Amino acid sequence: MSDLTHLTIKNALEGLDKKEFSAVELTQAHINAMESTRELNAYITETPELALKQAAESDKRRAGGEAGLLEGIPLAVKDMFCTKDARTTAASHILENYQSPYESTVTEKLWQDGAVMIGKTNLDEFAMGASNMTSYFGNVINPWRSNAHDKDLVPGGSSGGSAACVSARSAMGALGTDTNGSIRQPASYTGTVGIKPTYGRCSRWGIVAFASSLDQAGVFARTVEDCALMLQSCSGHDPKDSTSANIEVPDWSNSFNNGVKGMKIGIPKEFRVDGMPDEIEKLWQQGADWLKDAGAEIVDVSMPHAKYAIPAYYIVAPAEASSNLARYDGVRYGLRVEGENLIDMYEKTRAEGFGDEVKRRIMIGTYVLSAGYYDAYYIKAQKIRRLIVEDFKKVFEECDALLTPTSPGVAFPIGERMDDPIKMYLEDIFTSPASLAGMPAMSVPGGLNGEGLPLGLQIMAKPWDEESVFRVGQEIEKAANFTALPNLLTKAAA
Amino acid sequence: MAQLIKGETGEWEMVIGMEVHAQVIANSKLFSGASTAFGAEPNSQVSIVDAAMPGMLPVPNAFVVEQAVKTGLGLNSKINHTSVFERKNYFYPDLPQGYQISQFEHPIVGEGVIEIDLPDGSVKEIGITRLHLEQDAGKSVHDQHPTKSYVDLNRSGCALMEIVSEPDIRGPEEAVAYLSKLRMILRYLETCDGNMDEGSMRADVNISVRKPGGPLGIRAEIKNVNSLKAVQQAIDFEVRRQIEILEDGGEVVQETRLWDPAKMETRSMRSKEEAHDYRYFPDPDLLPLHVTQEQIDAIKATLPELPDEKKHRFMQAHGLSAYDASVLIAEKARADYFEAAANNNDPKLAANWVINELLGGLNKDGLDLEDSPIKAEQLGGLVALISDNTISGKIAKDVFAEMMKSGKDAAVIVEEKGLKQVTDTGAIEAIIDEVIAENPDNVAAYRGGKDKLFGFFVGQVMKKSQGKANPAAVNEILKEKLG
Amino acid sequence: MSELSKDDVKKIARLARLKMEDDELERRAESINGILQWMEQLNEVDTDNVEPLRNVADIELALREDVMNDGGYPDKVLSNAPEETQGFYVVPKVVE
Repeated sequence: MSDLTHLTIKNALEGLDKKEFSAVELTQAHINAMESTRELNAYITETPELALKQAAESDKRRAGGEAGLLEGIPLAVKDMFCTKDARTTAASHILENYQSPYESTVTEKLWQDGAVMIGKTNLDEFAMGASNMTSYFGNVINPWRSNAHDKDLVPGGSSGGSAACVSARSAMGALGTDTNGSIRQPASYTGTVGIKPTYGRCSRWGIVAFASSLDQAGVFARTVEDCALMLQSCSGHDPKDSTSANIEVPDWSNSFNNGVKGMKIGIPKEFRVDGMPDEIEKLWQQGADWLKDAGAEIVDVSMPHAKYAIPAYYIVAPAEASSNLARYDGVRYGLRVEGENLIDMYEKTRAEGFGDEVKRRIMIGTYVLSAGYYDAYYIKAQKIRRLIVEDFKKVFEECDALLTPTSPGVAFPIGERMDDPIKMYLEDIFTSPASLAGMPAMSVPGGLNGEGLPLGLQIMAKPWDEESVFRVGQEIEKAANFTALPNLLTKAAA
Repeated sequence: MAQLIKGETGEWEMVIGMEVHAQVIANSKLFSGASTAFGAEPNSQVSIVDAAMPGMLPVPNAFVVEQAVKTGLGLNSKINHTSVFERKNYFYPDLPQGYQISQFEHPIVGEGVIEIDLPDGSVKEIGITRLHLEQDAGKSVHDQHPTKSYVDLNRSGCALMEIVSEPDIRGPEEAVAYLSKLRMILRYLETCDGNMDEGSMRADVNISVRKPGGPLGIRAEIKNVNSLKAVQQAIDFEVRRQIEILEDGGEVVQETRLWDPAKMETRSMRSKEEAHDYRYFPDPDLLPLHVTQEQIDAIKATLPELPDEKKHRFMQAHGLSAYDASVLIAEKARADYFEAAANNNDPKLAANWVINELLGGLNKDGLDLEDSPIKAEQLGGLVALISDNTISGKIAKDVFAEMMKSGKDAAVIVEEKGLKQVTDTGAIEAIIDEVIAENPDNVAAYRGGKDKLFGFFVGQVMKKSQGKANPAAVNEILKEKLG
Repeated sequence: MSELSKDDVKKIARLARLKMEDDELERRAESINGILQWMEQLNEVDTDNVEPLRNVADIELALREDVMNDGGYPDKVLSNAPEETQGFYVVPKVVE
C-alpha cells in the first residue's frame, strides 16, 4: 500500500504544492486502495475514471497557479448527495438507477475547490440506521477487528461507507450526512474524525432528504484540521435552501492550535447511562483530564431532558421521512413495479423498493401524523425538542463546550441488534441531543478499548461555534495521539 | 333577501359557503423559478424542484407573498404577521412531492368581509374566513389512452390563493354575485386574472339545506364548478337533491361531489375520498413566514381604488344610477374607459354611450374593450359634439357606426360627410315652407285639430335636411308656422 | 395511547401506499407497538406550557425574487421516467 494514502489532507496539499507528487499519482494511489479494500463494500459506485480525469485537470490548474482549497485531494461522497457524474442511490432499491441531472451544492463546492471524487459510498438505506446493515447494496465491513473474536464488525451508520473508506485509507476524506449521529457514531467506530456542523451551515440542496429539520451534511477525515479544511470548503449560504443560514463562514484555520486555555468544558451528568462500559466511562474522564491539563476548566452541568432525545427523535424523524419519501412513487423516476391499477402500482413499487427499516419508519411516521395521534406524538415530541434546546441554552451559559462519549459502545458484529430496533436506536443516545437542537458536534478518536477497537469522544458547542468544537477536538487529538491503524491495513502491511 | 325553496314539507333555506382557488399572477411559481404561463408544451415549464427530484427544496416567491397580502387587504381582511407552510400528504400522480405545500393552521390572511350586489339592487355582506397560499397540482390527461393516464406538471407548483367564505350565501344568485365580486376585486388588484376558462379561478361550493332558522344541515362539497353558470346550475341541482333526500326521511352524506356539466348533475366522488387523512404538519424545509407591519403598510399604499369605492364615487361625483355605475365598474378597464370618455363631458351622456352603444357594438363584433376601434378619447369627442349641438343624437349613431368601422375621430367624419347640424333658422324656415307648400291637405287636417300630424311634419323636415336640422329649432318654427 | 391492531396497521400501510400481506401486518403491528410503548416515556415530561419547536434554524425565512429562471428542460425532467410519451409521464389509468 502506497504511503500517499497515509498522508493527511494538509500534508498532501503541501506535497502537491512542492511537486513531490501529482494529483494523478495521489488519486491513483487511492484508486488502488479502493480496489484492494473492495471486500469492505464501502463504495456503491466507484468512479476511478472520473477521478483520474478530475485529477489531471487539477494538476493543470495547480501548474497554472490556481490551486483551490482542496486542489487534487481525492474524496469519497456518501451516496445521499446527488451527483451529475455518478448515479445516486441512497442505498435503496427504489433509487438503484437514479441518474441525477443536477449536482448537490455541497459536492459542487468541493469540486470548485479542486477536490476529486473517487466514488460514492455505501450507507444505511436513506440514512436510516446505525450499522450500515440496511443498505440495499449489502452491509459495509469495518476495517477494524476485535482481538477477542474474528467476526466482521459494522462500521456504524448511517455514513458507514464514508467512515470505512477514510479509515481504510482509500479516500483522504469523505462527505457524510448526520441526522441523529450518522457521522459521529461511525467516526467513533472507525477511529476517524467526523463533524456535523450547525444545522443551516451546509446547504441541504441536492441531498436526498431523510428528516429535513435534522439532516445536515458533514465530513470525515483523519485529523481535526483536515475536517476543518473540508468543512471550510463545503459550508456557506445557499439561496436554494431556505433553511441555510446567511451567516459568514469563519476562516477556521485561524483558530487551529489556539488551545483550550481558559475554556470552560461542561460534563453533562445525564450522559452517564446505565450499562455503559467502564472503559468508555474511563475514556470520558481521561478526556476531561486532558483538557484540564491543557488549561481548561471542567464544570459539571445538567441536561435533564437529554435522555428523552431518542424517543422524541423517533417520532419527529419518521414523521418527516414518511412525507419526504412519498415522492418515490414510481411515476417520475426510480423503480416502478407494474400493478393492476395506479394504487396497486404505488403499493407494489414502494413495498418492493423500500427495505424493512425504511418501511418501519414510514409506518411509524405515518401513524404519528395521522388524525387523532398528531398531538399525542408529533406535537409532544416537538415540545420535548424545545426543552432539549432550552437545556443546551442553559448549559452554554455555564460553559463553552460539552464533552461526552460519542457512543455507548464500540463496533459490534454484523447482524447483531437487527431484531431489536430499540436497542439499535439507542446507539445514538449521545449524538441525538445535538441533532435535535441543531448544535455543531464532532467525534474525535480517544483511544482503543480492551478489544483493540476505537472509541470516540464527542465535543458539542453553541450554534455557529464550530471553532470551539475544533479547538477542543484538536486538544483531545493531540493528547490522545491516536496513531493506531485498522487491522485491515496492519494485516496488509504484514 | 333569503331565497327559500318550496318542498313538499314546506320551505327550505340554502346555506352555502365557497372555496375559491385563484392562481396568483406572477412570473414564476410559488417555490421555483419555472414559468407560470398557460398553454405550453407538456412538462416544459417544470423545474427539478417542481418535479420533486430527490434533494430539491422549496424557496418561496416574495412577490407571491405580496400578492396574497394585497388580496387580503382588498378583501378587508386581517393580515397575519406570521403564517406557516404545512404539508398536506396524499398520493396522486399529478402531485409530485406526495404532498401539497399549503397553509393550514396559520394562514397568511385571516377574517374579512366583502359586499356583494344582488340583482334587485340590494347589497349584502359576505364574510371571508381566510385566505391561504398553496401549490397547484399538475394535470392528468385521461382520454389519450385506454389504460393509461398522462401527466403534465406545467401547473405543478404554481401559486394559488385559496379564499374561503363564511357560509353566508343563501342562494344561487348570491353565490354568483359573490363569485363575480370576488373575481372583480382580484382583477382590480391584478393578483389573479380571473380567467375561469383557463382554470386560473376555480370554485368549490359547500351546500347544505335547513328549515328556515333551524340548525345547520349536513353539507356536501361540490367540486369542478368552473363557471358562473355552473355555480347556478350546480346549486340548483344539489339543493333539490338534498331536499328530496331529507323529505324522503333520509340523511345527506357529508362528502365531496363532482359537478358534471354534461349530465347537469352532481355525483359522489367516493373513490377519491377513500381513507383520506392528510397528516398536515409544518413543512420542515420552510421556516415560518413573517410579514411586517411596514411591509403591509407599503402594500396598502399601492392598492388601487376598488370596485365598491369606484361605484360610489361614480354615483356621487357623476350622478350615475346604481345600475349604470355597477355596469361600468364591472371591469377596471371599462371604468377607466368611461372616465376618459367622460373627461370634460356630460358624465351621464358618456355613461349612456359607453354602456348602450360601445359595449353593445363591441359585443356584436365579438371584440374586447382593449381591441375597441374607438378609443375612449374618441368616444369623448363624439359625446362632446352631441352636447354642444354640433350633431343630433340620431346623426351621432351614424357617426358612431362609422367610427367603429374606420376608427376615425367623430369630428373628422362629421366634417367629411357634412353632417353638421343645421341651426341656421333661415335655412330651416325655408325647408319648412317647402314642406308646408307640398302638403296642403295635411296642413289643413292639422289645423282642423289632428295634432298627431305634427310628427309627420317634423319627419318630412328632417328628411329634407338629411337629418341635419336641429330638432329643437324645427319644432319651434314648425309650431309657429302651422299656427 | 392504545395498542395498534392488525387492521390499524393495514390502514397505515394503505395511507403510506405500502403493499403488505397479512403475516407482515401482524409482524409490523408487534414491532410498532413495541416502539410506541417505548415512546410512552415522553409522558413523564410535563409539557403543558411548552411551545412546540418548529425549526432549530434561528434565522429568517429567505424569499426569492419573482424571476422566471428555471424549467424549460422537459428532457431533463423526464430523463429518469419509468414511462413517458410525447413529453408526458405515463401512469396506469386514474379512475375518477
